Amino acid sequence: MLIKEQGDQAGTGVSEEILYRIDIPANRYDLLCLEGLVNGILVFQGKREPPVYKTTKYEDCNSLHLTPATAQIRPYAVAAVLKGVSFTKESYDSFIDLQDKLHQNICRKRTLVAIGTHDLDTIQGPFVYDALPPNELKFKALNQIKELTASELMELYSSHAQLKQYLNIIKDSPVYPVIKDKNGVVLSMPPIINGDHSKITLNTKNVFIECTATDLTKAIIVLDTIVCMFSEYCANKYEVQQCKVFAPDGTYELYPQMQYREELVNVDKANGYIGISESGSQLATFLSRMCLSATCDRDALRVRVPPTRHDVIHACDLYEDIAIAYGYNRIPRVAARGAAAGAQCALSKLSEQLRHECARAGYTEALTFTLCSRDDIASKLGLKIEDVPAVHISNPKTLEFQVVRTVLLPGLLKTLAANKKMPLPLKLFEISDVVIKDETAETGARNERRVCAVYCGRAAGFQYVHGLLDRVCAMLRLPWHQELGYYLRQCEDPAYFPGRCAEVTLQGRVIGKIGVIHPNVLTAFELTNPCSAVEINIEPFV
Amino acid sequence: MELNERILKYLEGRDKVDTLTLASEFNEEHQKIVGAVKSVEALEMVISEPVKSTKWELTDEGRLVAEKGSHEAVLYRSIPEEGIKQADVMKSVPNAKVGFSKAMSLGWIFIDKSGAPLVKHKVESITDTVQDHLNEINKGIDNLTDNLRNDYKKRKLLQEITIKSFLLSKGPNFATSIKKLETDLTSDMLLTGSWKQLQFKPYNFSALGQPPECGHLHPLLKVRSEFREIFLEMGFTEMPTNQYVESSFWNFDALFQPQQHPARDAHDTFFVSSPAVSTDFPMDYLERVKKVHSVGGYGSQGYRYEWKLEEAQKNLLRTHTTAVSARMLFGAARAAFARRKYFSIDKVFRNETLDATHLAEFHQVEGVIADRGLGLADLISTLDTFFSRLGFHKLQFKPAYNPYTEPSMEIFAYHEGLGKWIEIGNSGVFRPEMLLPMGLPEDVNVIAWGLSLERPTMIKYGLNNIRDLVGPKVDLQMVQNNPICRLDK
Repeated sequence: MLIKEQGDQAGTGVSEEILYRIDIPANRYDLLCLEGLVNGILVFQGKREPPVYKTTKYEDCNSLHLTPATAQIRPYAVAAVLKGVSFTKESYDSFIDLQDKLHQNICRKRTLVAIGTHDLDTIQGPFVYDALPPNELKFKALNQIKELTASELMELYSSHAQLKQYLNIIKDSPVYPVIKDKNGVVLSMPPIINGDHSKITLNTKNVFIECTATDLTKAIIVLDTIVCMFSEYCANKYEVQQCKVFAPDGTYELYPQMQYREELVNVDKANGYIGISESGSQLATFLSRMCLSATCDRDALRVRVPPTRHDVIHACDLYEDIAIAYGYNRIPRVAARGAAAGAQCALSKLSEQLRHECARAGYTEALTFTLCSRDDIASKLGLKIEDVPAVHISNPKTLEFQVVRTVLLPGLLKTLAANKKMPLPLKLFEISDVVIKDETAETGARNERRVCAVYCGRAAGFQYVHGLLDRVCAMLRLPWHQELGYYLRQCEDPAYFPGRCAEVTLQGRVIGKIGVIHPNVLTAFELTNPCSAVEINIEPFV
Repeated sequence: MELNERILKYLEGRDKVDTLTLASEFNEEHQKIVGAVKSVEALEMVISEPVKSTKWELTDEGRLVAEKGSHEAVLYRSIPEEGIKQADVMKSVPNAKVGFSKAMSLGWIFIDKSGAPLVKHKVESITDTVQDHLNEINKGIDNLTDNLRNDYKKRKLLQEITIKSFLLSKGPNFATSIKKLETDLTSDMLLTGSWKQLQFKPYNFSALGQPPECGHLHPLLKVRSEFREIFLEMGFTEMPTNQYVESSFWNFDALFQPQQHPARDAHDTFFVSSPAVSTDFPMDYLERVKKVHSVGGYGSQGYRYEWKLEEAQKNLLRTHTTAVSARMLFGAARAAFARRKYFSIDKVFRNETLDATHLAEFHQVEGVIADRGLGLADLISTLDTFFSRLGFHKLQFKPAYNPYTEPSMEIFAYHEGLGKWIEIGNSGVFRPEMLLPMGLPEDVNVIAWGLSLERPTMIKYGLNNIRDLVGPKVDLQMVQNNPICRLDK
């Protein structure tokens, strides 16, 4: 393990103890800290009963009041108090680490929720959650030597490795969020930084926790998770004191909610969903081992979903926990249900048939990228991007992903360029989709299945791609006929050599182009030998 | 007369003869003699036996000396009557350093220090024995003493070479004239019947044949064809997946994937700036989707957040073909319900960080079954069948998290070749919050699994870089040499 993480050298001299790597599912916030993980394992092994979390009555002095201004920037807040906490170095680090993990995970890098934790004995409630213009907000931020205004802090943190990623959340807002105590001491400027004054230390006994948010549900989940996990270290284990949180209109709610929710599960349904047949009491045991205390009542299971399991939002989430406790790999196989009549999609079937036909005709299949640069489908083919009906990507990481291709030809020309060492002539084809902007389509764009073939030799060899077209059409039983079959009609296209380009028509409708590639296009794709190409839409043949 | 016939004639009156002797006798290159011998040996007219002999030969430098004189002689001749400064003479002739010391030790020259030091002739004339010796060797006369020969070898004028030759004797078919052998049967021969009298050259069966002129299919798409066949054999119906541009609604919201989910970040998904939005949705269904996200329903608590239509309208390049599965299931709910088995294999797009195994586009393989009362056991059994046809006969499953399946299982298979368990796909039961708003009956469950086409293909062909398999940089030679795809072999 260590070798994998830190290189071969780190592995020498390490004990032979077996290390386990544990994957935590992205929705199991309760397993993000060691406290929750250990609890989960001990309960699963039957060595411990699941903890029962309790709330104690609020104290008015710990209330949090929201001002109307907060609605402009982060409209929600929740709060809680942990009393008589005794931290060790390990539990303190774990406390900080859990906040970090939650910030990255469910809090979506603090955009949805930001957590602040404070030494309650250094501050005096009631607390106010306000939003102030950056210049009216001045305080000593965590680990800073002097007081700075919010604007100065933002400037300072713009080069801070961790904090700079959060600045954009409030940067352009006219007001910045701030939480103060009754004496005006700043607890935090969410979601950026806490105040230095109220910072928690190893000696902190009473912790005030506030979460400000743009999503109230997530704030409730985050607060429940933190207080449940760390109430373990309180003087009265698993007890959390609620706080009154007043909305700007004067109404209040009590947080943390720490609700135990009851979910009813039908025994037969649970068994059927998994494909096992266990008794109701056995299913209840499975659930209880997953920290979901359950009792069996005839054909129903009453499950108490604890405040640590906000991921359980439907009975199907409980089915999964039953299945995991039962063991996925123990689930017996069942016979397949009766035979079904399969079917191919007509367009795929035609594509498969034409692929084989092209290969039989001596062409080698290429598989090129659907995404490409604007130049590939425009300037390199002598066109302006404005004139190409292409789908544009708004957030490409590189030039190669600016647009979706509207034509297959560039991919084949690139394949030729990358294979200059191959003996000539080279004959390539591809049958794949391009995407064309089309207002009549549901999303404003539609795919079009095409076949494209290129011939590259010492001479352009128009007759060869022409011959392939004839062959494909013959296989599709299409006659060479202006009205009834396929036909070539001379045209001009900047991608093709003047006088050596034609539209391919099917019963009078244009379905593609054929011709000798223009030398300018060859140069643009770094090719030195002449080429001919044909590209047609095959959807009319389905 | 042909050379091979001359050889046969020569051998007629003798028991044995060496090919080297023949070369000097006929005044031909030895190689040519050997070639002619091979042609008659193939007819078993002669038998050859390889022999080795050694011979002294001039080196390149030796040949120069044989032609122009030894270095010391060349130097001697370059010194004028009145003498010359040593530095000048060293510059004026090639190999002057060797020549000078040799000429000094032979007593041909001396340095006159009476005035400014000058190099002068000591003797009036010289005999260049080195040149004479080398010329003799060149003609094949070798009367040198061993000492002298070693001396020349040290001076890199002579080298000893090993000559391989053949000792010939008569073979079972020995004759002095050769019948001309035909290389191939022709239509003329058939017409005239001459093939009956003609003798044919033996065919070299150990050489490779002429490669056929042919086209080739792409390795990855050959694997795609195999996967399609497996699905079809298992009674699955192919979904029409030719729609790369999707709305966020069908790609995410319809799958009960919340709007703040990280997968919906610009870091992971390619959003489309033009055409930027879709507006044509089945509105009553959309309302049900909105409700289940924001307040729950169908037995679910929901995600309890403010669901925004604008977020659902955003166009993107589909991140999975499950967007199509959602459309198909929605369509299935419009009719009286009957069991459905769907599959697709098509491109999907992710705005991911690229590396040796990740591209921004790849093929997703997806299988979906909708039926009344389906469960995990059905999923596991279907996966068993499916993957055993791919050559994986041992599967294991691990819990996983996926926003639209519950339960979810990661699929691991034991790879016999690699001797280890590898992750080969993801699977699960679609959440009721996804299915019930579509209008599917409550007892209908949907099981599904997915994997990439590229990964098993790379494992199968032992490729480490995906760019060796997909894209314009692929080596066409690899494409042309790629064998038939047999997944279970």
